[in-house]
Amino acid sequence: MTLAAADDVILEVRDLVKHFPVGGGGLFGGPPAVVKAVDGVSFAIRRGETLGLVGESGCGKTTTGRCILLLERPTSGQVIFEGRDLTTLSPAEIRIVRRKIQVIFQDPYSSLNPRMTVGQMLDEPMAVHGIVPERKARRERVRELLAVVGLLPSMVGRYPHELSGGQRQRVGIARALATEPSLIICDEPVSALDVSIQAQIVNLLENLQEQFRLTYLFVAHDLSVVRHISDRVAVMYLGKMAELTDRAALYAEPLHPYTQALLSAVPIPDPDVEARRQRTVLGGEVPSALNPPPGCVFHPRCPIAIDACKGAVPDCREVRAGHRVACIRA
Amino acid sequence: MNDRVSSGALLDVRDLRTEFTTGGGVVRAVDGVSWDVRAGETVALVGESGCGKSVSALSIMGLVARPAGRVAGGQILFKGRDLLELPEDDMRRIRGREIAMVFQEPMTSLNPVLTVGRQITEACEIHLGHTEAQARARAIEVLRLVGIPDAERRLRQYPHQFSGGMRQRLMIAIALSCSPDLILADEPTTALDVTIQAQILDLMKELSRSFGAATLIITHNLGVVARYADRVNVMYAGRIVERGTAREIYANPRHPYTLGLLRSVPRLDEPKRERLDPIQGQPPDLTRLPRGCAFAPRCAFAIERCRAEAPPLQSVGGSHLSACWVAQDLPQRSALSPQPSGDGEEIPSSRAQRGISR
Repeated sequence: MTLAAADDVILEVRDLVKHFPVGGGGLFGGPPAVVKAVDGVSFAIRRGETLGLVGESGCGKTTTGRCILLLERPTSGQVIFEGRDLTTLSPAEIRIVRRKIQVIFQDPYSSLNPRMTVGQMLDEPMAVHGIVPERKARRERVRELLAVVGLLPSMVGRYPHELSGGQRQRVGIARALATEPSLIICDEPVSALDVSIQAQIVNLLENLQEQFRLTYLFVAHDLSVVRHISDRVAVMYLGKMAELTDRAALYAEPLHPYTQALLSAVPIPDPDVEARRQRTVLGGEVPSALNPPPGCVFHPRCPIAIDACKGAVPDCREVRAGHRVACIRA
Repeated sequence: MNDRVSSGALLDVRDLRTEFTTGGGVVRAVDGVSWDVRAGETVALVGESGCGKSVSALSIMGLVARPAGRVAGGQILFKGRDLLELPEDDMRRIRGREIAMVFQEPMTSLNPVLTVGRQITEACEIHLGHTEAQARARAIEVLRLVGIPDAERRLRQYPHQFSGGMRQRLMIAIALSCSPDLILADEPTTALDVTIQAQILDLMKELSRSFGAATLIITHNLGVVARYADRVNVMYAGRIVERGTAREIYANPRHPYTLGLLRSVPRLDEPKRERLDPIQGQPPDLTRLPRGCAFAPRCAFAIERCRAEAPPLQSVGGSHLSACWVAQDLPQRSALSPQPSGDGEEIPSSRAQRGISR
């Protein structure tokens, strides 16, 4: 990846690896097996942009986000945020960085504490990080945050069970904003919401990005939403980066056969368009990350695989300016 | 009731009402809904959570959880017989044999302590009177049909040994095992990845065609409906708000809710928009529905009458129906309507006002 101005980069992930040992080691176990959730992933995010990270369940997109948040310790690799490698920081230093990197979770039902009011949930992060030390000022700030995410001030005393799904996700967003972060990891922020509410939340995220110059890593499986919100898009498959490029290039000219299949699988809400469409339906299923295939991890399902694909693991190489693909046939 | 004139439809749901008693009052989950499915066709029930689409399917199968829930009225005519009048013994012969169901969560709807084979052969033995050997042969046959390789070995395995996509194939195999006339598929692919979703839906379509089975597909995904359904019923707050062929619904939506849903989703085949065009407000609280049209509080086109009187489902041209007082003017008015970029969730009453004054 060529990065014209290095200081423009807010986050760089280099060769990120996260392996989870499973089973084994016990009385009857052999050597522990390893789930290669993330297996050598690299990308950078520029300040103020949205990088979409897409892929199917088990591809490692959520684990990548969790490693950036240091909710998981990477097995190896570097997570460089504003010039500092987070993997080398002490717990005290991590706490300071956490303020600048926040997260919005998928499920607004399980990610809010059911025994705290909306006001308490927004107050706490500001108190913990000492952002607004004075209690009265914090109360004022909570009201501001509610207004920013489109909630009425009267919501302050409500508990999560009194809120709809869309309202809860707004609270989750307000909580992320409370620490004045520069980077927000959005982990499937709309996929648990009703269709009619999803667009509201997507618009809100876009407006907030403009207003506060936020940077997003937008982790999602819905390719239509990702196209709408992202400046660049990264596609993962079985722990590896398959393709990474500008939004326009990825959707107009996907180079990786997996990206092509993924795009063709998305149904378009128009029966006439659907009737005319040529589709590639992928055979088979995503193999287990416990025992990924040798060579290119996609070769068993790939419609254009050749013998060479079974041998060497393809590099995610730059084939055009700013367009990286892990496919020897691209 | 059995002497009622048959409409010719395979399944004819008439004025169905299903209620649940909750702490907050009586919820009319399905509130006087009529629709039908003809032999061999694919019909969709579309709507968001709580609109009554799944409860409709459970009502047909006689699986509404008692005592909180009950079918409070209407008829469910299947091949001319009212399922609501049938004794449980007769219903049991229809369920799984003539009407099969595919659920959203294959893991929770399969029995974890029975082998996969047993879950298929059980139905064949009970419904079709197969011997053990016949049932086993049938099980292998249907597993092959749904594309599960190595069927003989797979029969001896348990559901946890199957992946998500394979489990959903298994659910479809069980549903097909007794060659039903109607398959009720409740969000059959929602829990699956897109590439697997495409496989499963193509499989269902192909199999229902070769078996001649009709399919009722229940989903919130407008893309899935566009790809697979012949006719579409759009539900909101327990009622059908629009019905038509897939082409009518998508090319010429005549209910503001349908229009709003179609406008709010980004599409891969259209240029990227600056902002999405959401439906304002929140889904309704079913214990406190407004007097008039349930969608009126969120509707950009609502007029005075909408708040006073619930609109009936009526024709806007041939078989295309809409339950909206402004359905006739909707195409012109929606062309004029502003493209809001709202992200606020509080209902901007000013927008509703503008709708009135125009």
